[in-house]
Amino acid sequence: MTARGKIVIAAAALAAMHFAAALAGFIAPYDYAEQHRDYPYAPPARVRFFDAAGRFHLRPFVYALAPDGPGSYRQDTARAYPVRLFVNGRLFGTDSGGPLFLLGSDGFGRDVFSRVLYGARASLFTGIAAACIALALGLLAGVAAGFYGGWPDRLIMRGAELALALPWLYLLLAVRAFLPLHITVAQTFALLAAIIGGIGWVRPARLIRGVTLSGREREYVSAARGFGASDWYLMRRHIVPMTSGVLITQATVLIPQFVLTEVTLSFLGLGVGEPMPSWGNMLAEARQYHALILHPWLLAPALAVIPVLLAYLVLADALIGRPD
Amino acid sequence: MNYAARRALQAVLLVVAVSAISFALASLAPGDYFSEMRLDPRVSAETIAALRAEAGADRLLPVRYVRWAASFARGDFGVSLAYRAPVAPLLWPRMRATLLLTVVATALAWLLAIPLGVWSATQRSGWRNGLWNAAFSILLSVPELLLAILFLAFAARSGLLPAGGMTSPEFAGMGAGAKLGDIVSRLALPAAVLALGMLPVLARHVRAAMIEAMDAPFALAARAQGIPSRRLLFHHVLPAALNPLISLFGFSLGTLLSASLLIEVVMGWPGLGPFFLNAIMARDFPVVLAVIVFSTALLAAGNMAADLLLYRADPRIRFKT
Repeated sequence: MTARGKIVIAAAALAAMHFAAALAGFIAPYDYAEQHRDYPYAPPARVRFFDAAGRFHLRPFVYALAPDGPGSYRQDTARAYPVRLFVNGRLFGTDSGGPLFLLGSDGFGRDVFSRVLYGARASLFTGIAAACIALALGLLAGVAAGFYGGWPDRLIMRGAELALALPWLYLLLAVRAFLPLHITVAQTFALLAAIIGGIGWVRPARLIRGVTLSGREREYVSAARGFGASDWYLMRRHIVPMTSGVLITQATVLIPQFVLTEVTLSFLGLGVGEPMPSWGNMLAEARQYHALILHPWLLAPALAVIPVLLAYLVLADALIGRPD
Repeated sequence: MNYAARRALQAVLLVVAVSAISFALASLAPGDYFSEMRLDPRVSAETIAALRAEAGADRLLPVRYVRWAASFARGDFGVSLAYRAPVAPLLWPRMRATLLLTVVATALAWLLAIPLGVWSATQRSGWRNGLWNAAFSILLSVPELLLAILFLAFAARSGLLPAGGMTSPEFAGMGAGAKLGDIVSRLALPAAVLALGMLPVLARHVRAAMIEAMDAPFALAARAQGIPSRRLLFHHVLPAALNPLISLFGFSLGTLLSASLLIEVVMGWPGLGPFFLNAIMARDFPVVLAVIVFSTALLAAGNMAADLLLYRADPRIRFKT
């Protein structure tokens, strides 16, 4: 496949996934906190077209779940709930209140599929916000260091080396450690993005400094300087546009890394907290012994990470292969 | 050796800088170990003030830093607030566990990555090339967290390998051979996860470096001389491709340390990771600081080892410096 084709496919896949995450409130059949206390640890629903008697139905349906001992269910073939589009202001659902857990439910009877979608909001958009912060800081530091040289350059680059010399997860947790533990949801998002971005600016800064160093010596930049252009004008009109290629490829490298970082932090209990779902804090439950043995569908958020990472990886590889 | 001395001095300065910065950050942090204690109605304000004074938390920042650094020089590494004991004896066994895990995992990952990278570099036309790229990309996209949980599930379902901890409860009464077997069986899963997480990154780099070296004129000349292809690959091309790989080795130690934190927490390996995380949750800053300084020192040592290796392996660098 050509690099162009790869870019188009990966970008389209990413757009679709982010779109789904942004519209979680519409696509997910339930709210992330809605509990169905009668159905804890329900297995993933089987959406059927053929009923128990072998008859075909054009409209897909699910059978009701009947409790069969603690945490185990059997399908009640006497009661069927058809799956309809546009129910209760959501994209799809069952209109008569039958449970529709596409990916099963967790210990509180919350729909795992809905929570994966809502969790994508937290994980994906924290990653993007953190990447924006990292790139903005990297642009600022890199252009300043490369353009002015001298002591600002040395100061910024020493700082960058210091940050690179630390094992980043330890650094991240340390910064998190020095901040309060109990905060609101909005604060958590802002804080996570700020911490991750504030630590991740180093790599883009070094690359942008390199671009700036070579850009500063270009003849048309010297010419503009000769005509009396100010430093600010030179940076704005000549240097910053030159860095756009690096910024875009770095974004495709940084965002998946930061998504994983958010997942890791929330998994460790230092990120987004209950009841708000994030792929990380959902996985914290999946590692319990009973989940490993009996409820493997709780691993769904970890599987959801894979296509996101893969799409970003393909995009980054294709972009780096084609420097334009 | 002059270069080694200079490099060591840099590493020491780095660790000192990191310790100073993190100490300052820890002191500026809102809320400390004692402020959590204030929530407990059974503890009076006087008790807290006395505890604070005992820990020296009421003095000026530079004084505290000097006291802390002195404790480091004595080999105590500060006094843990939660354990009410010097940090060092708490740190050593965990440090050993982390080192054991990361060293084994690094060795495993490189031993697999080099042949895999070299082999895949020889197949770079047509569908095989695409297959290798796709395989590495997909492996790269599987988060280590998922690998760790899947391996745990495997251990729990099959019962073949024990999961959690480094030793069995009856470890103390075992013979030497049984002790070794016990540790190896418990090390297998976390080390495999870490190595697998690392493998695609390393193999991709090995492959890229090999492809670049294989395209060099000397490789073509050697091939024209009729040198058999295996000898050509491992004897002529691999040493030429080694340079970026040695730098990567130093870098990989850093990422490995971070990855191992997560794996240790998930798989219950008694290393620095869980220790660090618990200290963060308890706001036990002396422990947090000690772990930060030590992980930085480990990483600095790894980077230094890589630089010295590079210095030995590549004469061009010796002439430059």
